[in-house]
Amino acid sequence: MISIQKQDFSLGDEYAAIRARAGDAGAIITFTGLVREMYGADSTAGAVQSLTLEHYPGMTEKCLKDIQQQAEDRWPLLASRIIHRVGELHSHEQIVLVATASPHRQAAFESAEFIMDYLKSKAPFWKKQKSENESNWIESRDTDKAALDRWQKP
Amino acid sequence: MLSIQYFASIREALDRNEEELALPGDVKSVQALIDYLVKVNPNFEAVLKGSSKVLVAVNQTVVDRNHLLAQNDEVAFFPPMTGG
Repeated sequence: MISIQKQDFSLGDEYAAIRARAGDAGAIITFTGLVREMYGADSTAGAVQSLTLEHYPGMTEKCLKDIQQQAEDRWPLLASRIIHRVGELHSHEQIVLVATASPHRQAAFESAEFIMDYLKSKAPFWKKQKSENESNWIESRDTDKAALDRWQKP
Repeated sequence: MLSIQYFASIREALDRNEEELALPGDVKSVQALIDYLVKVNPNFEAVLKGSSKVLVAVNQTVVDRNHLLAQNDEVAFFPPMTGG
């Protein structure tokens, strides 16, 4: 299941839902991404007050479904769930949820990490941060690219 | 008609969200489309041909500059993604 939405989500409700869908799962991993107050230790622009997430309606859904399918092809998943919020978000708010359920923990851990790594660099979302002194688009990071590369099959 | 959409920093820099374009006969590829857009809008050059990376999607899939275009394609220009 995939959702792109403005509204917040309840981790408890989502956990209960995937647990109910997953049947005989031995492991459920939930990852929640939050808005940090500071973006990077070198930020001199003051505390980040808000993030605005823009996306490409249509392509976003297509990409997330594709990422989810790749994860299902690669690991024995019983269920998975992706929620990504868009619009204006403030410090400490939840941005993203990835949950995976599998018979064993290793597949659940790895697939959740795989989905997050792909989502960060391959799904058409863009973050603009507003701090006290300025407003600017966040640039993609080489570390995100490196995180993606390690999933490439030999 | 070709539909073109611009997102994020590129949308802001060009001050344009979207447009429709009858694909000129000699514009066959993504690169040719970029050249055409820059010719029509000289102020696009710094954004579409500048130092910052620009990704192009055709029909919602990221493609390279050699990708061939067809009438009614959905083209989008945007910077590298920063979700999650």
